[in-house]
Amino acid sequence: MPKIEVDEMRCKGCKLCTKACPKQCIEMSDTFSKTGYYPAKLAKQDCCIGCAMCYTVCPDLAITVYK
Amino acid sequence: MNPITHKPKSLVDISTHYCPGCGHSVVHRLIGEVIDELGIQNRTVIVAPVGCAVFADKYFDCDSIQGPHGRGPAIATGIKRAKPDSIVFSYQGDGDLASIGMAEIIHAAARGEKITVIFINNAIYGMTGGQMAPTTLVGQPATTCPKGRNPDLQGYPINVSEMLSQLKSPKYIERVSVDSAPNVIKAKKAIKKAFQNQVDNVGFSFVEVLSICPTNWGVEPIKALDFLREKMMPQYPLGVFKDEGKTQEGK
Repeated sequence: MPKIEVDEMRCKGCKLCTKACPKQCIEMSDTFSKTGYYPAKLAKQDCCIGCAMCYTVCPDLAITVYK
Repeated sequence: MNPITHKPKSLVDISTHYCPGCGHSVVHRLIGEVIDELGIQNRTVIVAPVGCAVFADKYFDCDSIQGPHGRGPAIATGIKRAKPDSIVFSYQGDGDLASIGMAEIIHAAARGEKITVIFINNAIYGMTGGQMAPTTLVGQPATTCPKGRNPDLQGYPINVSEMLSQLKSPKYIERVSVDSAPNVIKAKKAIKKAFQNQVDNVGFSFVEVLSICPTNWGVEPIKALDFLREKMMPQYPLGVFKDEGKTQEGK
């Protein structure tokens, strides 16, 4: 199954990816990252379709999409 | 399972100083991808502006120079004329390009300099703390007009792309947005065409990118997207204003 990985050192918690995801797979973590933001995370396994919309809108190159 | 997304090689692999949600970082990535795809990294020169993108030269792994406020097109003119083989682009915000740098951009466009200009329009001064810019919308609050821009006192916003498209020399002028994934993909096509024009020695190319500034608009990034779509896009319609290039690459 496709999946995404979020680099917590880069993610600034802007939530743009949660809006861009057509399947609403992404939500924000409830714990701080080392950089002081709530980073994004893949909420559900087997949800991601590997469309890379989140990567396209991510301002911080924090998301890597695997397929 | 293999990664299908890759960080552009022409960007330095460090985190940027931009605020969460800022459109600058998206445009940096698009430019990086375009430089990679065209294979022009070792002859590209970025002219960084004064403004939020003042450190842009740190993020691009190519030659760079940081110019005085608004003087990007003048510096780019000098570099391009001295080294015609180089690919020179000036990266500017709306406070930089549309106010203090208005003379430079108009005359660089009127001379038809064979450079590329990327213009980030977020309708406010970012780095200096949210003052009114020439592109601030009517009624939009800023620190220097807390009740919103009043046309009787401050006039109306300037549509730079429409204005430059009245000149004869520019070859390619387009306005794009980075508010959604489809628009980001369109923005990349526009930026690629603007660089391809320079590779093909076509002429002056100008891409205006509508971007959000959540910090100075005082809203969350996802709400800023709604402001961009509902308020900015009617004032600054997307589209191609001029396209007289010889190539159709990237379109």
